[in-house]
Amino acid sequence: MSSVLRAGAHVRLRIHWTDRTAHLLLAAIALALVAFLAGPLLAVLAQSVEDAQGRFLGVDNFFAYFETPALAESLWNSVWVSVLVTAAVVPLAFAFAYAIARSCMPLKGVFRTIALAPLLAPSLLSAIALIYWFGNQGVLKDAMRALGIASIYGAPGIVLAEIFAVFPHALMILVTALSLADARLYEAADALGTSRRRKFFTITLPGAKYGIASAAMVSFTLVITDFGIPKVIGGNFNVLATDVFKLVIGQQDFQKGAVVAIFLLAPALLTFVVDRFVQTKQTSMLTARAVPYAPKASRGFDALMTAYCVLVALFVFAVFGMALFASLVKFWPYDLSLSLRHYVLGLVDMEVGSAFVNSLTLAVFTAIAGTFVVFLGAYLVEKTRGADWLRPAVHFLALIPMAVPGLVLGLGYIFFFNAPGNPLHSLYATMTLLVVCTIVHFYTTGHLTALTALKALDAEFESVSASLKVPFWKTFWRVTLPICTPALVDISRYFFINAMTTISAVVFLYSPDTKVASIAILNLDEAGEAGAAAAMAILIAAASLAACVAYLGVGWIVERNTQAWRSTR
Amino acid sequence: MTPGAGPFLRLEGIRKDFGVFTALRDIRLEVEPGEFVCFLGPSGCGKTTLLRIIAGLEAQTAGSIWQGGRDVSALPPAQRDYGIVFQSYALFPNLTVAENVGYGLVNRRAERAAIQARVAELLKLVGLPDSGAKYPAQLSGGQQQRIALARALATSPGLLLLDEPLSALDAIVRVHLRQEIRSLQQRLGVTTIMVTHDQEEALSMADRIVVMNQGVIDQVGTPLEVYREPATPFVADFVGKVNMLAGTIEGPGRVKVGSHSFGGATCNGSAGRAVKAYLRPEDIVARPIAEGDANVVDSRIDKIEFLGSYCLVRVAVAGLEGLPLTVYLSLNFLSEQNLREGSSLRLRILAERMRVFDA
Repeated sequence: MSSVLRAGAHVRLRIHWTDRTAHLLLAAIALALVAFLAGPLLAVLAQSVEDAQGRFLGVDNFFAYFETPALAESLWNSVWVSVLVTAAVVPLAFAFAYAIARSCMPLKGVFRTIALAPLLAPSLLSAIALIYWFGNQGVLKDAMRALGIASIYGAPGIVLAEIFAVFPHALMILVTALSLADARLYEAADALGTSRRRKFFTITLPGAKYGIASAAMVSFTLVITDFGIPKVIGGNFNVLATDVFKLVIGQQDFQKGAVVAIFLLAPALLTFVVDRFVQTKQTSMLTARAVPYAPKASRGFDALMTAYCVLVALFVFAVFGMALFASLVKFWPYDLSLSLRHYVLGLVDMEVGSAFVNSLTLAVFTAIAGTFVVFLGAYLVEKTRGADWLRPAVHFLALIPMAVPGLVLGLGYIFFFNAPGNPLHSLYATMTLLVVCTIVHFYTTGHLTALTALKALDAEFESVSASLKVPFWKTFWRVTLPICTPALVDISRYFFINAMTTISAVVFLYSPDTKVASIAILNLDEAGEAGAAAAMAILIAAASLAACVAYLGVGWIVERNTQAWRSTR
Repeated sequence: MTPGAGPFLRLEGIRKDFGVFTALRDIRLEVEPGEFVCFLGPSGCGKTTLLRIIAGLEAQTAGSIWQGGRDVSALPPAQRDYGIVFQSYALFPNLTVAENVGYGLVNRRAERAAIQARVAELLKLVGLPDSGAKYPAQLSGGQQQRIALARALATSPGLLLLDEPLSALDAIVRVHLRQEIRSLQQRLGVTTIMVTHDQEEALSMADRIVVMNQGVIDQVGTPLEVYREPATPFVADFVGKVNMLAGTIEGPGRVKVGSHSFGGATCNGSAGRAVKAYLRPEDIVARPIAEGDANVVDSRIDKIEFLGSYCLVRVAVAGLEGLPLTVYLSLNFLSEQNLREGSSLRLRILAERMRVFDA
């Protein structure tokens, strides 16, 4: 039979109207991702190869960029600072993760929570605290000078603050990597009389190599694309992220801004590719037969690990404590008596109160709408039939945001939605667009969390439902959703915290009415109101903390009401 | 075609391609109403794909499917008429047993009392009348499989599809449950197709067995036909234990193997042609053997594998060097005759039971 004939005889199943509904929903999500992700990104690409009048220039903008010495220097600054931070933070986080995953240290949960605490505040909180420690009027300024560092403003401050801010991200990856250990390998090594040191270098380190690579890439990307810290503590030390802001907001030079954005996109894109590769490697490493590793008590080693973790915890306390102290001090460094002056000043006089309300609004809507869209999208990709080209397309679109720095996304939103011809132009500078942008910015992690939860479900639920003539949404509502509610709570918390603390994407998109608290902190700091900035950063951290506690409660209630079937064995 | 007359299910020229790989090729099959048919074959032979095509969970590349006189070839699963049980059970873990069984009934807007009565009836049918309020995780594997069966039968489908329903269970439960499924199927008279790779399961349950190999049907027949008269070497090899003797045709009904010549076989073809003769272990007997019987050989016992009341005995036959034969001997016979490894033993080959294929 010829292939032509065979193709002609190909049988296509008629599509049931319930499946058709699923395809329509999927198409809607695909369309939204194209409009709010692909469109803005393409707009950045387009700007980078055009002149101000929209004429095509090719790579001329890139040449022009390198011919501007100040800008080329920023590129170098960004790279070496990011490399330095990565080189410092990965071993530091590895040791901490090792303590958590491989020792019998007491209070592991407490240490872990403390180490993850920086996630609750905008990254610039650490920069503000460092200024109080080491700045021109800092407590330990002289000690720092004695060490040979002339000023905290610039590279030293950026490096220190970034280490603090990136540490929890690297830690999470490395704890996961070190927890995925097969105890049988260690037992085999013990049976062969292997030394502790050799076991570390032949089993532990190779087993965690993908995690280490992933942590390094993520750290590098986070540092090179971070905007808040260099803005606050960078002084005259220019980096790519601050350049974008200056070029676009200050000089209205969209083309050069786009070029810098492309430079920021490159490492993130590389990270993304490496990370995808690592994920596939790491999951295949641990088979279903593996026996989870359980550390054995060892007094000396555990004590050493505890000491290290205490040290890290003290550093976290020093940063948060200083921010808290600074926010309460009447007039640093002359009048150290405590008052709520900065809170009143910030919230009332500088109208950060409304910004704080905006932040909460943003976080609540992002958490609700984001969770809904992300889970629906993941469900349609994973569990519905037909539309065989649309499902991978949506999955691919959903993975892109991980590779896009917030700054680049925000820039894309300006270019795309501020264009007069865009029918969605009316969205520009509205809270709606801020919510959409934040959802898109943090889409990938939510998508992957949802997919993991969905993949754990029996693949035949949908087939059984179809054979019983039950439409898919009924099974979604009665079975899929209740089973996945813990994952929904996780996704929603992730969106909430990130919406509270994000700066990078929204810094381009706010209007006076929609300014969020993290931006207001930047403005306060710029206006010289460091105390009020610290106060507001503390308030954001407090709100995030409260949200975490609330989510813990919700999670507990959800667990009791929807997961009863799990504990009945 | 009207329902009630002719086959209930008819597959015509089913073909399935996955890219360049052809998983199924020209599958033709008719299933009678009320029949229990097993698709039997090794993994990768296409049996599960064929079941999923019948269910509409996969689309065939070519060919048509008629069920109850209706062309269902292009219908989505929801518009076909069947109940299905998967190897994984696919019970909804967060719903109670009663909710699982009633899952397809609720959708049909039946009255609550009627649903409850039907669920109770089904739970009784599968022998678990008191488990309605439990969650699936509280039941054993065998019990879960029965609930999955009850759920599939709840809407009284015309066709029951079973995808390796017993393979996740342990041996004793499996043997027990296969008799239960069979008697339940006979009581309800529902046309049933079961996919399995376990030949014992197929032999003990099916009205007819469809033996599949590499995407084609090798043989369709009753269990006895498939076992006694395998249509191909593959079927002979896959179903039951078998001895393979490579030899040549010597004349009408005569096959020469090694230095022996066995007469009375069913074979044709010209003398000198190379053949493979397949012989079941039970078709080599140690008694009764009378003086002057044909096809008698001398052998030495190499190895005795103890299986309980019967033993699987491997013998080396004089004149059949390099062709060890496997025979079944009862434990009683072995001890009566005081046979052990190394003992010599006379055996008679039932050559008329031989299946002879071209080599």
